[in-house]
Amino acid sequence: MRTRSHEPIVWSLFGAGGVFAALLGTMLVLIIGILVPMGLGFGPDAMHYDTLRSLFGHPLPALGLAVVISLFLFHGAHRIYHTLHDLGIPASKKIMLACYGSAAAGSGAALLLAGMLVVF
Amino acid sequence: MSQTRTIMIECLRYDPEQDQAPHYRTYEVPFTDEMSVLEGLQYIKDHLDGSLTFRWSCRMAICGSCGCMVNHQPILSCQSFLRDYYPARIRVEPLEHFPIVKDLVIDQSDFLGKLESVTPYLVPAQPLTPEDGPNLQTPRQIEDYLGYAQCINCLLCYAACPQYGLNNEFTGPAALALLARYNADSRDAGQKTRMEVVNAEEGVWGCTLVGLCSEVCPKHVDPARAINRNKINSTQDYFLRFLAPFGRGS
Ligand code: SF4
Ligand code: FES
Repeated sequence: MRTRSHEPIVWSLFGAGGVFAALLGTMLVLIIGILVPMGLGFGPDAMHYDTLRSLFGHPLPALGLAVVISLFLFHGAHRIYHTLHDLGIPASKKIMLACYGSAAAGSGAALLLAGMLVVF
Repeated sequence: MSQTRTIMIECLRYDPEQDQAPHYRTYEVPFTDEMSVLEGLQYIKDHLDGSLTFRWSCRMAICGSCGCMVNHQPILSCQSFLRDYYPARIRVEPLEHFPIVKDLVIDQSDFLGKLESVTPYLVPAQPLTPEDGPNLQTPRQIEDYLGYAQCINCLLCYAACPQYGLNNEFTGPAALALLARYNADSRDAGQKTRMEVVNAEEGVWGCTLVGLCSEVCPKHVDPARAINRNKINSTQDYFLRFLAPFGRGS
């Protein structure tokens, strides 16, 4: 009898993170890195602190931000976990905890900050 | 008749009963444009050193027995031509990641066990007899598995797979592609038996989508695709069993 792998849990988070990274990541680079600094299509205040602060003061954008950050973190953690194995550092509970644990901690922090943005 | 040139073929030699460790011997082989690496090896065996041992049969990329490493790349020696390497010398070694029986001959037993583990045959929903007549399929249904059915068990994909190299518990590309082949067949009802292999750590989850298996496959089987599509099935199975816990495997 083979034991079932629990990888589907982290693999789904990894996959979701990958999709977001490919879709949102490139969009963000385009907007923040190119369009806004060049003044194309966005007003001069688009990236201003007050604009963003009021945007993420609403629960939905704040939650969305936290979710995206969390999925990015899980995507990275999963890659690092497997890359370490490829580099000859065998997969172990400790490494698993370090990788996915830090992604989980980062996700917690992102959620907490998102909550603070909404409340305060 | 094309002109004859001479290429240096450096061959790994190893006889576990006599040699402490594998070593290399270099042979000077005259060749013509139409000569394959396999024919180069045959020239060595016939004219230079009768003790050189290697497998081959069909000489036309069908039997899958002549796989070896040429300049560290897994290839079918009957399908690769000496002219493409000349004037450089070539180094011929047995397929990587397998124990050596002698010289270029590897021990395939590990793979054969894995092949058996994926139930690599049709499991009909009900027992059939010849009286039931032919089990018909539409061209569309054939298309669903035909690509995966091209596998000739040459094991180039196992020699290419770094995950199998790191941990040979991994079921590996060809066996998992054949698993997908039978699952995709409309005449088959054995998916449930195979799911246990898919779901295991040594099943599809041993793969990290390096993709080299699909690159080296001489039959364009695309094992990487087969495996990664089954990751989706395994993920569904993982979560859906909580919704429908009865009648599903562990
Ligand atoms: S999948 Fe391709 S490379 Fe692997 S054993 Fe089959 S034919 Fe050979
Ligand atoms: S000899 Fe049959 S595949 Fe090369």
